Amino acid sequence: MPHAFDEMSSTDGAVRPAYETLQRWLAEVPQDVLDHRRKEAEFIFRRIGITFAVYGEQNAQERLIPFDIVPRILTKDEWTRLSRGLEQRVKALNMYIKDVYSKREILKAGIVPENLVYQNPAFRPEMNGQRVPHDLYVHIAGIDIVRTDPDKFYVLEDNARTPSGVSYMLENREIMLRLFPELFSMHRVAPVENYADDLLATLRSLSPHGGHEPNVVILTPGIHNSAYYEHSFLADKLGVDLVEGRDLFVKDAVVYMRTTEGPKRVDVIYRRLDDDFLDPLAFRRDSVLGVPGLMSAYQAGNVTLTNAVGTGVADDKAVYSYMPDIIKFYLGEEPLLPNVPTWRCREADHLKYVLEHLPELVVKEVHGSGGYGMLVGPASDKAQIEKFRDKLKADPANFIAQPTLALSTCPTLVEKGIAPRHVDLRPFILSGSDKVRIVPGGLTRVAMKEGSLVVNSSQGGGTKDTWVLDA
Amino acid sequence: MLSRTADNLYWLTRYVERADCLARILDVSQRLAYTPVTYGGSTNEWSSAVLTAGCADEFVARYGPLEEAKEENVVSFLAFESENPSSIRNCFEVARTNARSVRTALTSEMWDVINSAWIELRNFPNRALTRDELSRFLAFVKETSLRFDGATFRTMLRNDGYWFARSGAQLERADNTARILDVKYHVLLPEKEHIGGPLDYFQWASILRSVSALTAFHWVYRDSVKPWLVADLLILNRQMPRSLAACYDSLARNLDDIASVYGRQGPSQRQARAMLARLTNKSIDDIFQTGLHEFISEFISDNNKLGAEITEQYLT
Amino acid sequence: MRIRIRHEITQRFEPGTRNMAVTVRMTPRAHEGQFILRWALDLNSDCRLHPQEDAFGNLCHTFSVDGPADHLTVCAEGEIETQDTTGIVRGTVERFPPSLFLRQTDLTEVDAALAALAADIEAPADDPLAQLHALMVKVHETVEEQDGPTLADPLSAAEAVKAGTACAGSIAHVFTAAARHLGLPARHISGYVVPEDGEEGEGEARHWAEAHVPKIGWVSFDAGRNICGTENYVRLAVGLDAVGVQALRSTGLDVEERISALDGRAPQKLAQAQSQGQN
Repeated sequence: MPHAFDEMSSTDGAVRPAYETLQRWLAEVPQDVLDHRRKEAEFIFRRIGITFAVYGEQNAQERLIPFDIVPRILTKDEWTRLSRGLEQRVKALNMYIKDVYSKREILKAGIVPENLVYQNPAFRPEMNGQRVPHDLYVHIAGIDIVRTDPDKFYVLEDNARTPSGVSYMLENREIMLRLFPELFSMHRVAPVENYADDLLATLRSLSPHGGHEPNVVILTPGIHNSAYYEHSFLADKLGVDLVEGRDLFVKDAVVYMRTTEGPKRVDVIYRRLDDDFLDPLAFRRDSVLGVPGLMSAYQAGNVTLTNAVGTGVADDKAVYSYMPDIIKFYLGEEPLLPNVPTWRCREADHLKYVLEHLPELVVKEVHGSGGYGMLVGPASDKAQIEKFRDKLKADPANFIAQPTLALSTCPTLVEKGIAPRHVDLRPFILSGSDKVRIVPGGLTRVAMKEGSLVVNSSQGGGTKDTWVLDA
Repeated sequence: MLSRTADNLYWLTRYVERADCLARILDVSQRLAYTPVTYGGSTNEWSSAVLTAGCADEFVARYGPLEEAKEENVVSFLAFESENPSSIRNCFEVARTNARSVRTALTSEMWDVINSAWIELRNFPNRALTRDELSRFLAFVKETSLRFDGATFRTMLRNDGYWFARSGAQLERADNTARILDVKYHVLLPEKEHIGGPLDYFQWASILRSVSALTAFHWVYRDSVKPWLVADLLILNRQMPRSLAACYDSLARNLDDIASVYGRQGPSQRQARAMLARLTNKSIDDIFQTGLHEFISEFISDNNKLGAEITEQYLT
Repeated sequence: MRIRIRHEITQRFEPGTRNMAVTVRMTPRAHEGQFILRWALDLNSDCRLHPQEDAFGNLCHTFSVDGPADHLTVCAEGEIETQDTTGIVRGTVERFPPSLFLRQTDLTEVDAALAALAADIEAPADDPLAQLHALMVKVHETVEEQDGPTLADPLSAAEAVKAGTACAGSIAHVFTAAARHLGLPARHISGYVVPEDGEEGEGEARHWAEAHVPKIGWVSFDAGRNICGTENYVRLAVGLDAVGVQALRSTGLDVEERISALDGRAPQKLAQAQSQGQN
């Protein structure tokens, strides 16, 4: 694997301008002060209860995501480039989903294969011909970005269902402001705290009917969900009710919530619940987390669900590989942010290549997430690779493969002091009826283990505050 | 507000109150159990602790007959056991679960108390505690409820959420006081043979202690401890925050506040007011004449009825 | 043939249930082989019916029972004129190209046994109609139809193959799963069937399958009885599996169905009742 590009010290060791101040500061601050502040940060996180649950782990029901106190810095120019690419990407995602559920031009044009849509478990026949307000489907997107050198940013993954992590972006900044006020006095960092306002404005703009103040709620699966903290955090910041399925009911195709003063109409539901569980009358019959009849209210146009139902048809890893073509088809533009080259194992010649090059590739499940069920070729031993080979051969359509990218690194505080660790970036893109809003920065995830490329929190990854310098 | 949110707030405070009450019961039982028998100590203090906590059936199912209840079993059952749905540990667990699901309706100070207590709880070992450890544990529980009440009082907006939270606590508190009286009513009855003897003094004092009212008693009555005065203090005296009358004073007011904000009142307001009127109009002599036991039993069932009415009217 | 149908469903709830949402899929649509003479839905509760179409164009009604109630009874009744089309179904409402019906569901997942069954049919690969007929015979021989319908909670295709006997709906799962596995679009149909002339028995609710043949269109296959649809079949709803065509969906307790389907030309027989459980 080639030597990774470090965002502070570049490849040749010369400190890049955006990091000059930080680098000097890091050099001066004694290690024990940093250690102390890190412990303080951890204490605060634990105290506030910013925890997440890891599925399949007993006892360790609530864990902290490691927080790294060294910020990751992007320049204004870098950010401007990124945000243009993100906006373009989300626009194309929305047009693609609309098309897939209405005229299906892109299938007729033979650009995306039919079976990738119709046989996709995330495709919802129920959405066919369904009008959604303002033709917007993905109101809240999280696009994962990786970097390999000063100029190359790639989109690694689109998250068009219920992307999470934004609470960490906001809390990380709060903690940094509290622990390192001096650093903020030395830098002009673009604020992120307006995210909650932006989100509320976006959600309100999506109300199915104008006129009165729309009633916006956040729908959570409940306290056992791994992202529950985030759900309650957002409800708090937005000043809206955090509801569970049992708090809502549908009468005459209108959604109401049960309040101490009787039923109250609900207009916009920011749901953090998967499609499958939304409505036991339309989807999984055994779902107790959803709202019986919700889809009938949705189909009648009396409530907006964000994101729309069926957006998963646009964000699995097989569709991902078509994104550059999708962008060209709908917008007539070249993608501003390139994809990572991707082999689709469903195609025989791609599969052949992948099987021949397993030790150097990253292979992922089409519908996988959270870093589960993937193979990182260069980091695996022979036995692991052979085992994976069998899995891949048994169901090739379920996998894609990508070259192992030398993800950029950022200085990170570890046991032995400051050392480079691999990072990615998840900015959050809000699409309302009035405009697209992107808060500068996003969530930087960092692989805390030396050399590791897996940044997922479920695999021990941590997070960093992300700074976009205003000047 | 969401019915579920109100419901969670209401139960959150009930569980905190219940934990506090259990801690006091254990405290007093321990004290009585170490008092020599000639001074009113008895061997069945532990069984009456279980009775007062209202979980006799569960206890008997696990440890056999109540009369043979042993200290270590009762302590572990009331304080720690997860099989006992109202053990202190479970109260804190449920309180925190409720708090987590209504994070947005709590102030950060209130959440902090509950969450810290829940974290702290894990520092107490699951085995039988030494007497020292037990004392520290009980102090921790009482302090948590004090901090929680304080945080609620000092930081929470005075709106429906606050009133639901307070109503839960008051309802639970009234229930707890009534239970203590229900289990111990016989020592307060005047026809008991060695009335006024040292035995009774310790029993009466222990009742007062279990609601932290021994000092208050002297301030209020400026008299030696007498059974009818103990009953008066715990049932009718509105100055005493744990008395039934004080709880209903506060309950009726909280429920009226809710009704006036919502512009509508219902069965729970009527029930609370009727009960407050009864507590106001009766004298302790009336109560002793018609039967202390009957009065308390009726109160407990009426108090439960009010709980059901609040649930029906607002929380579902 | 003129067919009279009466379909009554009683859904039980926990006593005191309020605001219960319900969706019913109990209104047939016309196509070349069937014409709706009259059809009406009747409820034992005062509520507003919202007519909607589901993903596949089936006519649905959604409503909510205010309650408190412990049950709900929906009754569909009407008369339909059918004619024989040699099993070919034309003039239906189609919302998707046939290839959508290659989509497998939980109930039609293909396991090794099912894949082997599909591979075992003897028919030229370039003749889909022959393949489907061979498949129908094969499924009919493999899974025996069991007495009495259990339409509400049928077995998955794999379970039905393993069990060797199953209800008509489960057999339809086996057929659709295997057909899709062979690359032939197939779907699940609910409806009613009356006995052939001279045949014993009563009219009843029934599930079967349809498969798509290029140049011909959708063809009905009832593998349980090893025949293609006749004028004795009334088509009610289409879906990917039995859950997709479920007549009533709610979140209550159990369900009881009473169905009668009569040859409208014959002297009227007493309504026959069928009861079935569901959760």
